[in-house]
Amino acid sequence: MRLLTHNMLSSNIKGVTNGFPLRIEPQTITQKPVDFNPDFLKNMFSKIDWKALSDASKIMGYADLPEDVPDQTVLESDEFLKKFHHALLEIHLEEGVLVCPETGRKFPVNKGIPNMLLHEDEV
Amino acid sequence: MWYLCVFYHRLLDYRKPEFESLAHLFGAFDDGSNDNQSLEWKLPEHHHPDSPFHFVNLPNEDIARKIANRSILVKGLYEIWGEGSSYEELKEAINSFPDDRKLPYLTSDSTFRIIIDSFGKAIPFKDQTDRIKGMAYIPFQGRVDLRNPEHKFWLIETDDYGTNNGLPPVVDKRIFFGREIGAADRKLLPTYQLKSRNYLGPTAMDAEVAFLMANQAQAMPGKLVYDPFVGTGSILVAAAHFGAMTMGADIDIRVVRDGRGPDCNVWSNFKQYGLQMPVSLLRADNNLPPWRPGLKEIFDAIICDPPYGVRAGGRKSGGRKLLKGVVGPYTVPDEKRTGHIPSTASYSLAECVHDLLDLAAKMLVMGGRLVYFYPVLRDSDISLSVKTIIFESLFLRGRVDLRNPEHKFWLIETDDYGTNNGLPPVVDKRIFFGREIGAADRKLLPTYQLKSRNYLGPTAMDAEVAFLMANQAQAMPG
Repeated sequence: MRLLTHNMLSSNIKGVTNGFPLRIEPQTITQKPVDFNPDFLKNMFSKIDWKALSDASKIMGYADLPEDVPDQTVLESDEFLKKFHHALLEIHLEEGVLVCPETGRKFPVNKGIPNMLLHEDEV
Repeated sequence: MWYLCVFYHRLLDYRKPEFESLAHLFGAFDDGSNDNQSLEWKLPEHHHPDSPFHFVNLPNEDIARKIANRSILVKGLYEIWGEGSSYEELKEAINSFPDDRKLPYLTSDSTFRIIIDSFGKAIPFKDQTDRIKGMAYIPFQGRVDLRNPEHKFWLIETDDYGTNNGLPPVVDKRIFFGREIGAADRKLLPTYQLKSRNYLGPTAMDAEVAFLMANQAQAMPGKLVYDPFVGTGSILVAAAHFGAMTMGADIDIRVVRDGRGPDCNVWSNFKQYGLQMPVSLLRADNNLPPWRPGLKEIFDAIICDPPYGVRAGGRKSGGRKLLKGVVGPYTVPDEKRTGHIPSTASYSLAECVHDLLDLAAKMLVMGGRLVYFYPVLRDSDISLSVKTIIFESLFLRGRVDLRNPEHKFWLIETDDYGTNNGLPPVVDKRIFFGREIGAADRKLLPTYQLKSRNYLGPTAMDAEVAFLMANQAQAMPG
C-alpha cells in the first residue's frame, strides 16, 4: 500500500464520524520504484491531505516532507517534486495494520493489499 | 480537412466512439467551436451506415495521425487524392487534385509504396500489378521501398458484393486513391491476448475490448485510472499500456491479494508486459467504499466491467444482516474478529449501477470519463436460463477447469443474423450442443505469421494459405 492510497482511505464503520486518517502500524516496509511523472504529481498535489501524508511518511521512516502545507509554488521545484513522489508513490507498506482512530478497529494490510471490507455488524 | 477513414469490419458500434474519444484527447475540439464533442462524418454515396468506409472532418493532419496511430479499429486514415466509380473517373479526379498537395510527397529523395486493397472481394496478384502500373500517370519521382516507405499510397476498391453471394450491398462500387496518414497498431493484440496472459479469471476482459475502453477513457501518462471491480486487472493493463497510473479494488480478496501464487497474480500481469505496476490495489466494497470524507475529483477515468450476474454475480457487504428480524443481527464474537471472513449479500444490477454513477459523480475530475459495460438483452428466444440448465445438469459432477479441461463441451448458436443489421439470413437459427473431438491449432498462425518472418519477398505466401497448401499436399514425416 502506497501512501497515496492511505491518503484516500478512511474507516467507514457505521456510526464512525472521524475515521481519517487511519493510524499506520507498520511491520514490513519496502520501497517500490515508480516512474517519475511531474504532471501526475501536480495533478495530485491539490487533492492530497498534506498533514496525513507528512505524518504517515514519518511513521514509515521518511521525514523529508515539510509539516505544513506547502504553497503551490513548490511545484516548480524539482527537488520538492522528487520528495513528494517518493513519499506518495514509492514507500510501500507490505505488512501491517491500519487502525481506525475512533474505534481502534484494525484493518489488516497483507502482501501490500489493505483489506477494507467491513464485518457484518459494522455495516 | 476531410479524410477517408477505413475501419476494420468488426465491433461496429465501437468504431466512432473510439475515434471521437481520441479526437477529443488529441485536441480536435480545442478551438471550442464544437460543444458536443462529436465529429462531422459523411458516408460515401450509396454506402450503408455499417460500411467500413467513412469520411471524417478533422482540424489537421497531425491530429488525424495521432488518432489513427493510437486507435484499435482504424485500418487506415487517408488523404484522398481522388475517387470514382471507374478508373477513368479516378484518373480525372487525381489529375485535378492540386499539385501543391501532391508534389511534396512525390519528390525524388523520398521513398514510397503503393498498396492495393479491397473490401468485399479479393484482387488477384496479377491484377494488382496491373493496377499499380496503371497509376503511372501520377509523377512519382521517389524510390520504391516495400518495407519501410516514407509515404504509403493506397488504392482501395470497394465492390458491390451483392453479385458474390446474394446479399444486398453494404458498400457500392467505388475506387479511392489516397495517401496514408496513419493506422491502428494491431500488433498490440497478439501481444496482449488473453491466452498468453499469466493470471486469468473467468471474466477477464478481452484485450481488444480492454484497449477500446482505455481509448474511450482517454488513458495517458499523468492520469489516474480506477477500476472498482478490478479482478485480474485485465482492463487496467490496457490503461497502463497507454501510460496511465492505475488503481483497482475488488471485494474478493483471493483475487486481488493472492492470485495463484507469487508469480501469478494481478501484479505479475503488469510485470509480464513491462508495464508500470498499479499504484494501488485494495480490497473494498463498491457499495460501501472506504474513501475519506471530502475526497473528490481524484480519478481522471473510471473503467470497469461491473458484475451483473451474467458471467459473475455481484456481492456486497452485510450478508447475514439480511436475516435481521428472523434471527437477530449477527455480531462477530470478539475472539473471532481477526481473520473473520464476513459473509456477503447479493448485489443487484440496479444497485451496482447506482453505486457506480455515485462514485463517478464524486470521484471523477471535471471532464473525466466513466467507461463501463451495461448488459442489454437483444431480441433472442434463447434465454440465459436454457444455457444455465444445460451447464448445471452437465457440470454437476465434473470439476470446471477453464484452462486445460479434459473434455470441452460446446453450445453453439447460429442466428438468423438478418435481424441484426438488415441483411437477409445466410443461416437459419439453430442451436447445437456437443463434445469437442478436436480443433485446429490456430496458434501456428501467429507463430508463423509473415510480419515476424526473418527473410521475406514481396510475394511471400501468407502463412495460413501455405499451411492449407501443405495439408492439401498431405505433407508428413517421411
